[in-house]
Amino acid sequence: MGRKLLLEHIHVPGINTLEVYRQKGGYRALEKAIKTLTPDEVVEEVKKSGLRGRGGAGFPTGMKWSFLAKPERVARYLVCNADESEPGTFKDRYLMTYIPHALIEGMIVSSYALGANTSYIYVRGEMMPQIRILEKAIAEAKNAGLLGKNILGSGYDLELYVQPGGGAYICGEETALLESLEGKRGNPRIKPPFPAIAGLYGCPTVVNNVESIAAVVPIINNGGEEYAKIGIGRSTGTKLISASGNIVKPGVYEIELGLPVEEFIYSDEWCGGIANGKQLKATVAGGSSVPILPANLSLKLANGDPRLMSYESLSEGGFATGSMMGSGGFIAFDEDQCIVRNTWNFARFYHHESCGQCSPCREGTGWMEKVLHRLEYGHGKMSDIDLLVNVAKNIEGNTICPLGDAAAWPVASAIRHFRDEFEWHVKEPAKALNINYGLANYAAPIAKAEVTIGN
Amino acid sequence: MLKVEEQQPVEFSPSLLEKFGEIVKRYPEGKHKSGLLPILHETQAELGWLSTNAMDKIAAYLDIQDIEVYEVASFYSMYFLKPQGKYVMEVCRTGPCCLVGAENIMIHLEQSLGVKEGEVTSDGLFSWRGVECLAACGYGPVLQIGPEYTFYENLNEQKVDELIYDLRNK
Ligand SMILES: Cc1cc2nc3c(=O)[nH]c(=O)nc-3n(C[C@H](O)[C@H](O)[C@H](O)COP(=O)(O)O)c2cc1C
Ligand code: SF4
Ligand code: FES
Repeated sequence: MGRKLLLEHIHVPGINTLEVYRQKGGYRALEKAIKTLTPDEVVEEVKKSGLRGRGGAGFPTGMKWSFLAKPERVARYLVCNADESEPGTFKDRYLMTYIPHALIEGMIVSSYALGANTSYIYVRGEMMPQIRILEKAIAEAKNAGLLGKNILGSGYDLELYVQPGGGAYICGEETALLESLEGKRGNPRIKPPFPAIAGLYGCPTVVNNVESIAAVVPIINNGGEEYAKIGIGRSTGTKLISASGNIVKPGVYEIELGLPVEEFIYSDEWCGGIANGKQLKATVAGGSSVPILPANLSLKLANGDPRLMSYESLSEGGFATGSMMGSGGFIAFDEDQCIVRNTWNFARFYHHESCGQCSPCREGTGWMEKVLHRLEYGHGKMSDIDLLVNVAKNIEGNTICPLGDAAAWPVASAIRHFRDEFEWHVKEPAKALNINYGLANYAAPIAKAEVTIGN
Repeated sequence: MLKVEEQQPVEFSPSLLEKFGEIVKRYPEGKHKSGLLPILHETQAELGWLSTNAMDKIAAYLDIQDIEVYEVASFYSMYFLKPQGKYVMEVCRTGPCCLVGAENIMIHLEQSLGVKEGEVTSDGLFSWRGVECLAACGYGPVLQIGPEYTFYENLNEQKVDELIYDLRNK
């Protein structure tokens, strides 16, 4: 069994209540921080922990915190990103549903560290049940003197509010989120200035993911150095993985970073293998925005070593043979899945969710969706495949926010690794409408020599 | 989108206005526009959808331009700018859910309700639509129903039929 820091007590009945959460050691981190540590010392512990942002970008949290500008008499804000909309990702919803006080405690400790007296949790609007759960938890904490004025007699004041979104993936991007929290359309801002200098209402602001903030609790409880001992290399600590697709046991798992991908997929402790006795065809390791990999490259690096669930190992090989940790949304595809159809589905998603501010993203995502649709439905041409590669290339790096890249990478990587399946859709349109291409040569494990690395 | 015939007058109930008052208190002095999204949600929960008149009233309440409300209401996918069925069944249509049968659920909804995506059944009870990933991909196919966004997981055709039956007879 791997160590559990966030989900250790998730199955304890009543853990969603303040009473049981406290019985299980909850709010000890808050007492420790507020009574024995200065705000800077809390930041220092988070730095030592090596915690990297769990929202997708993997930026070191302690370093982000230390960039926060602190002009005098200007309010500072902590905003929690609970917009969770990246396809394949559902860990934050899980955490907020079952153990909401982990997030509330993390918010209080983190706000104390940053010197914020008002903080917001921006929750995607569809998560109305979770919004109610959080509001209840906040009320409980407030009644117990853990929030509000003069927390635990320390003189530190904090108000914490939950803000619903309106249904827009782009509001997960931190500057779009801030625009949305100001009551506007979710158009990402041009950076710089970064939120650490000018964020919410133009004030210095830190935006962090739900899981990042919840991880601050065990970091303070055990010390940053202890946290850093878990994991592997620069991938410290534990990570929540949302596992979906064609596996025996989909769900949210807390893993120690460094777990082999093969063990994660096939061991009974985790996903329990591929459902219905089928074979693995492909994985998307970190949410829809990261490159898709065929089974063989999902389990092993190009040199044949096992691939691990860590920031470094998942991206090993760059775009040629690697993927990314992203938000930890692990999607498994079995032999019956059609890569062209899934790529079209994702392209449609990004087209639908583009805010429309920059033309490469607005036009390019629509174009990719259209071309993929015609390939999937048997009207595609051979030249469409290179056209897609070209459109993806022209979006990548040419946009205000990373949604453009996020739209381009899944398309580019699907063609890089599954070009024969795209070609088959052109050559055999009638067949492609009725049957799937199947496993072809992507099955795991296949010999190293057979790995085709196109770019 | 904003048609003249959708101009019927609206009244906000005292309890709705009370909620508005609670919402705007969450933000610093002068930043009450931040309350726009939650206020739109509360209004839609009470009225079922957001008419031009309702939006204009919200603009007046927040002391902002009407257009500031329209542009927000039309940007986000959760706000309905035309009347819907009493129960709007929103099925996730994104990749991971499709791996486990979401498309069949949408086909089944269309057949059993007898209306296309976005249309309302003749008794005014139901509409349905596909929406993007609802952050429940491990429990797909999934469906939600506002305004409380009650969640139904691991759906199959039979469960959908039972749900429709239950809602019809509620
Ligand atoms: C299109 C897009 C969508 C994003 N969605 C989310 C999201 O739903 N949740 C999240 O925490 N971060 C999301 N991010 C990343 C945020 O911009 C930001 O990096 C993150 O919230 C920072 O928190 P962290 O450092 O704790 O990871 C998204 C980024 C982009 C470009
Ligand atoms: S890349 Fe796309 S989503 Fe991001 S700002 Fe540009 S148009 Fe908007
Ligand atoms: S893909 Fe359906 S909930 Fe995420």
